[in-house]
Amino acid sequence: MGGAVGAVVVLLLGAPVLLGLVGVVLPAFGYLPALGGESLTLDPWRQLFAEPGLWTAALLGLSSGLLATLLSLCLVIALLAAGPLWLRRGLQALLAPLVAVPHIALAVGLTFLIMPSGWLVRFVSPWPSGWERPPDLAFPQDDLGLSLILGLVAKETPFLLLMALAALPRLDEEWRLAMARSLGYHPVTAWLKTVLPDLLRALRLPLAAVLSYGVANVEMAVILGPNTPPTLAILILDWFRDPDLAQRFLGSAAALLQLGIVLFALALTWGLALGLGRLARRLAADGRRGQGRLLLPAGLWLALPPLLALTLLALLVLFVWSFAARWRFPDLLPVWSLETWQRQGESVALLTGQSLALALCSTAIALLLAFALLESRRPARQRAAEPWLLPVLALPLLVPQIAFLFGAAVAALQSGIAAPWFFVLWGHLLFVLPYVYLTLAGPHRGLDRRYHQQAISLGKGPWRVFFTVTLPLLRAPLLTAAAVGLAVSFALYLPTVLLGGGRVVTLASEAVALSGGGDRRLLAVTALLQALVPLLAIALAIRLGRKRRFLP
Amino acid sequence: MTGGEGLRLEALSLALRGEPLFAPVTLTVPPGRVAAIVGPSGCGKSSLLLALCGLLSGPFTVSGEAWIESIPLLQLPPERRKLGLIFQDPLLLPHLSVAENLAFGLSAAAGRRGKGERAAAIEEALAQIRLPGYGKRDPATLSGGQRARVALMRSLLAEPRALLLDEAFASLDAGLRQEMRSFVAAILRERGLPALLVTHDQADAEALAEQQVELAFVQQNT
Repeated sequence: MGGAVGAVVVLLLGAPVLLGLVGVVLPAFGYLPALGGESLTLDPWRQLFAEPGLWTAALLGLSSGLLATLLSLCLVIALLAAGPLWLRRGLQALLAPLVAVPHIALAVGLTFLIMPSGWLVRFVSPWPSGWERPPDLAFPQDDLGLSLILGLVAKETPFLLLMALAALPRLDEEWRLAMARSLGYHPVTAWLKTVLPDLLRALRLPLAAVLSYGVANVEMAVILGPNTPPTLAILILDWFRDPDLAQRFLGSAAALLQLGIVLFALALTWGLALGLGRLARRLAADGRRGQGRLLLPAGLWLALPPLLALTLLALLVLFVWSFAARWRFPDLLPVWSLETWQRQGESVALLTGQSLALALCSTAIALLLAFALLESRRPARQRAAEPWLLPVLALPLLVPQIAFLFGAAVAALQSGIAAPWFFVLWGHLLFVLPYVYLTLAGPHRGLDRRYHQQAISLGKGPWRVFFTVTLPLLRAPLLTAAAVGLAVSFALYLPTVLLGGGRVVTLASEAVALSGGGDRRLLAVTALLQALVPLLAIALAIRLGRKRRFLP
Repeated sequence: MTGGEGLRLEALSLALRGEPLFAPVTLTVPPGRVAAIVGPSGCGKSSLLLALCGLLSGPFTVSGEAWIESIPLLQLPPERRKLGLIFQDPLLLPHLSVAENLAFGLSAAAGRRGKGERAAAIEEALAQIRLPGYGKRDPATLSGGQRARVALMRSLLAEPRALLLDEAFASLDAGLRQEMRSFVAAILRERGLPALLVTHDQADAEALAEQQVELAFVQQNT
């Protein structure tokens, strides 16, 4: 039975991703019969390389993704190696909600903070800055991609930190530190030499996902990234959406280039990690105890509290904007009004309903599949399925969305089935399932098998055991997985836009559309709701997961 | 009062949130000798060793004084106390080879910086723990007894002033345990190191130690 469930997952997830890739590869070489391309040619590539600004765009995506990933990782390492324990403990409770804030809502909130007429400038205006009107700054959306990097770092650092904190208990961190310190190692050196190498190994998949997203994402780059030119991912989306359908050959070639760039970035970091691993071994064996010389770079953790404060401020400013009537510069607070909520209440309620329907359906299906996968592999072949399952599940997180979703969208269109909502649902499932599965897999593996053996020896059938033993034991992780699934779905943009062909509109897609210069108040309402629903779900999951019938 | 030679504890005690864990301990361990601290689990034996190493944090407070070779210990930062701490779990780092694990302990003091010098010191150490040629191995491929010897040697290579053994033999089976005990005793005599052994196993204490201190729970006199 394990094989059957696995086959379903491969068909559901892996096959469409590969089909989507084929749907990009063929047009990239001129083959797309529906548009009259019936022979293989290199014309799309010639056209692509003749595009002005192509390499700038490609470099922008690559550099912002690489820099942001590296910076986030350094922040996490600095906090764990040198940060005070109280900060680490304090953050632990804050991380899950922070991770649930969608990219789009965060990007919109950050824009409201850092733009020339944003909150940060208002805080210092007119005194002491002397600005009576917004300063003339090309920020955010600066040409170097700095605001995009800021957004990515703010978004990904809590995620990486959460992943690291989840991995650390398996690494005997405290004992390794005690061992190294009794051998005379400075605490920071001790952590870097004994814990970091294994932690990096445990973080490989999250890091790869963060990197792939950073290099090729669309939604954060649209809102915070540069315009002239934008990053490559945005150029690709523009070409795909061009009314002139011939541009799709160009878009396909560019999507393939984007895939190559992401693979290059992954290979580069992989090589870097290998080299670092070798260096770490040499350093560990050199016996130097490091009496404090590492303190300067380790002090990087001091940047974490301001960064997280920025995220919280970004949410707060969304809230303020949503209740604004007029907000003249340099006033710190607007003239309050309920007008936007009243006037747009009905339409945003519809959007929220659409987002919720997709999130709930995809999460429910993902939970069913995840449990089917986990339960079918017990107990005999527990390890056998893992090697191929993880890569298939991780595929949608590692292959850039823009590279396969368009091909999948074309395939969906050509299938003749007019059910955009179901295609979008499938697109959401693609990203919800890996996170739901990974959230559940650890706790499921950690279950004490003897409870099941006991229940079976008492004469309970497998379904009874599942509902009376497994599920109650997994209550907290189950609730977390559901909230995570909902948060992932709420954050998705490209699957909705591309697979829905414009006929499925969610809070996420509407927020991106409005960010192009619509009503700021309505944008704030939309982005705020996009963030609030996942936040509530996470808070509820934590609250309900903590409640136990009997306290130990 | 000063400590003189060896390791000396004077009225050393631990308190958890102000409540003392055991009656104050006073003892002297001369170089090359072993003292055992025995007591039921949960009485604070292991915490006592961590406190000596300066690694006890959180709600614990330490009172009393401790000296090693007349140096007051409790004021020193953990990394300068030079006490070799050996746990029940050998804690060999999984990302390093056996030789690299030993090199992690080998101090980088003068005369031990060069590549050749370090490699020679490691080879010699491997021979001493009867594992010549095992340097390139993955520590996971060693047997329990071999791992325990590597962990012990890693501590010794850091040139400690004393060894603190926290149930160090508990994970070994009876035969290996006997072998490890005599191995440790020989090394301590040879190097003239004082050692403090914490154990709940009377046999460990009797085989190695000339003096035993029993930690007892403090009577609550309220």
